[in-house]
Amino acid sequence: MHNWVYKGLATGIRTTTYPARPDERPGISPGRPRGTSLVQPAAEALARICPTQAITQQPTGAAVDHRRCVHCSRCRRDLGALSMDWESGFEWGALAEQTLTAGRRFKKIFGHSLHIRFVDAGACGACMSEARQLNNPYYNIHRLGFFITPTPRDADILLVAGPVTDAMRVPLLKTYEAMPKPKRVVAMGVCAVSGGIFGPSFISAGGVSDVIPVDVVIPGCPPPPLAILHGLLLAVERAKPAPLFSAAPSTSA
Amino acid sequence: MAATLQSQNTDTWRSLDRACAARWPGVTASTDHGLQIVHIATPHDTLRPLCLWLFKELDYRFSTLVVEEHPAYWQLTYVFMDPVDHGWVYIEMTQPLTQKSVISIGDVIHAADWHEREAEDLFGLHFEGHPKLGEFVLHEDWPEGVNPMRKQFDARQPLPEHNPVAVWQPPTIVQAPGAFAMPIGPVYSDFAEAAHFVIETTGENMLRVLPRFFYKYRGVEKLAEKKTVDEALLLAERFSGSSAFAHGWAFCRAVETLCAAEPPPRMSALRAAFAELERLRHHVATITSLCAATGLSVAQAQGAILEEELLRLTAEICGHRYLFGLLTPGGLMQDLDNGHIKRLQERVQDIRVRLEIFQTDLRYSSSFLDRIEDVGIITSDVVKAFGLVGPVARASGEQSDIRKLFRYGAYASLEFEVPVEIEGDGYARLRVLFREAVQSVSIIEQVLNDLPPTGPLSTPLTPRGGAALGCVEAPLGAAYHWLRLDDDGHIQRYRIGTPSYRNWHAFRVAVEGFSFQDFPIILSTFGLSQAESDR
Repeated sequence: MHNWVYKGLATGIRTTTYPARPDERPGISPGRPRGTSLVQPAAEALARICPTQAITQQPTGAAVDHRRCVHCSRCRRDLGALSMDWESGFEWGALAEQTLTAGRRFKKIFGHSLHIRFVDAGACGACMSEARQLNNPYYNIHRLGFFITPTPRDADILLVAGPVTDAMRVPLLKTYEAMPKPKRVVAMGVCAVSGGIFGPSFISAGGVSDVIPVDVVIPGCPPPPLAILHGLLLAVERAKPAPLFSAAPSTSA
Repeated sequence: MAATLQSQNTDTWRSLDRACAARWPGVTASTDHGLQIVHIATPHDTLRPLCLWLFKELDYRFSTLVVEEHPAYWQLTYVFMDPVDHGWVYIEMTQPLTQKSVISIGDVIHAADWHEREAEDLFGLHFEGHPKLGEFVLHEDWPEGVNPMRKQFDARQPLPEHNPVAVWQPPTIVQAPGAFAMPIGPVYSDFAEAAHFVIETTGENMLRVLPRFFYKYRGVEKLAEKKTVDEALLLAERFSGSSAFAHGWAFCRAVETLCAAEPPPRMSALRAAFAELERLRHHVATITSLCAATGLSVAQAQGAILEEELLRLTAEICGHRYLFGLLTPGGLMQDLDNGHIKRLQERVQDIRVRLEIFQTDLRYSSSFLDRIEDVGIITSDVVKAFGLVGPVARASGEQSDIRKLFRYGAYASLEFEVPVEIEGDGYARLRVLFREAVQSVSIIEQVLNDLPPTGPLSTPLTPRGGAALGCVEAPLGAAYHWLRLDDDGHIQRYRIGTPSYRNWHAFRVAVEGFSFQDFPIILSTFGLSQAESDR
């Protein structure tokens, strides 16, 4: 019989310091473009090169709509020096439009541990894999009071990935309806936020908010585990939201 | 045995056009020696006997079926592969659009069964003699007669009006005292992909397993139509995130074949390194999920540490944890500098050592081995009939590996072994995964030690009209990407034949007869992706 217990102890603690302290280790996030001040021809060229129309031209440069950006990196590489600024970091969780008008009594009711239910509504596997990493020793969401629950009846948070395919519409609705109130919905990944490169189409919705109300969105293709963690913390008001739109800084800045 | 091998060797694809002309008078065959393809144009009458001749007598493997709708006619291309002397056979059959009936070959060549069912759903073709058509990709509530892959169907229009079935009731077959059906999915208790299984049982053993897939059908092949190559590359990379680089590469290979362009040598070598890095991470993830399924939580944590380190390493050297946005037709979007090369070399060596320790630790965990030995057995007959590919097939004695068979890209000059086991059980699949992961490390080391000098990132190419097949060995097995472009470089047809699609077909065979608690374990030893299968 192999001594796994000893093996585990000998490995030591690998867990991230986030959210108590920032984590800046290499490779934890792919980063993403941010609004860049540029002269007009370059901004126009970048808006044209963006295959998902995430980059738009503004008077002072180019802006990024994070709901559409899939990190294809074309705006970073294709035009050499005239490229978008790229930011590292992972605190990408943002409030969905619907949330801004909704009540905010969630934390008072669920002050302690939170139970999460995950639904795959047509995700490509990368979002799934990143969500799965939350349970691994590097992220270990249990230490923050988050648990994955096998039943929607126990769930406080519904974490959804994928653009919501036609066949997953009913299972997603049934899961949502089976959850007791109050509940929050977190849409992770660009597909779940806006339909991404798949939706809206004949077979996919344009994101989770087409089917059920969404409270928090986590852009990214896929959002890295720490971004998902940030989104979950945001859903219980333990973190500050990031903007969904990154405008070009004014030229004076 | 020796005699059959002899006859196979003399009857390879190189002489197939002559053999074909002699045996089938109405059939025209021509050979493209450069691309290693035999084109056989057949009328409908000889389609089935010709396919059966290739499959049963000459021992060719069925690879994929491509259905294409042209303005005036259907074109069906049955792609077969010569597994001994690497080459392709395309059996091409055309018939007018009004003629929607095609003879089925799925009853004998079981590997074609799902392809025919899919074509029936998406194109409205009817396969004569097929025992089970309908309600496959598109579920029961989908309106009759709406075939989304037809040219007149607009992919951007909203969903056609239909009423989803609230509770799907499968036809139960097992009749015995105490028999019941146990549904699993499509929403799982943990992080699992959407798929539905109904297990019929009398209590302990799974007597019959009925899978219901395509919950994740996103119509990728339809969405790609009318797009440019650059736009469709996003779909090729992102429909299956866990093997993004492999599928992106297969897509790029199809474009490069059409344009007769080769990537620069350094980029070609780096592609192999990135593909192996992806395979390494993929296999580690599969092994980790197997540890999770068997309840070996420390081993699961050890595997998850390795997996996360590989993800971080990938992001460090190429900017994305899943290798998205790295490929471009004709080359790559970025080079590796010396610092990154050194970092990659150091890290993979460390990971190889830890993988070997990990494998030894698992080998001495008897409680773990008890759960996977002699469980979920796939015999070599099943491999052939279902046309299985990848680690699942290689754990049942099948040698086939596209990297070895076709020596594409940098694999032509790389030394590597294709691990094969013969038992076909869960433990054999685990050993294949470990051995392949170690081979991947060795390939990465070879590539980096002997990297051609820095040069251009890509070979410029202009997409032009025509059709081509791009194939690679993805982490889960052979992936076939069929691409037809019009003269302006827009996509007319994009067909993705994926390894998960092939292997899910036989999953039912592996679980039936075993007991209930083996189900998640067998599922993990297969390690298949639903996103890759459903597209």
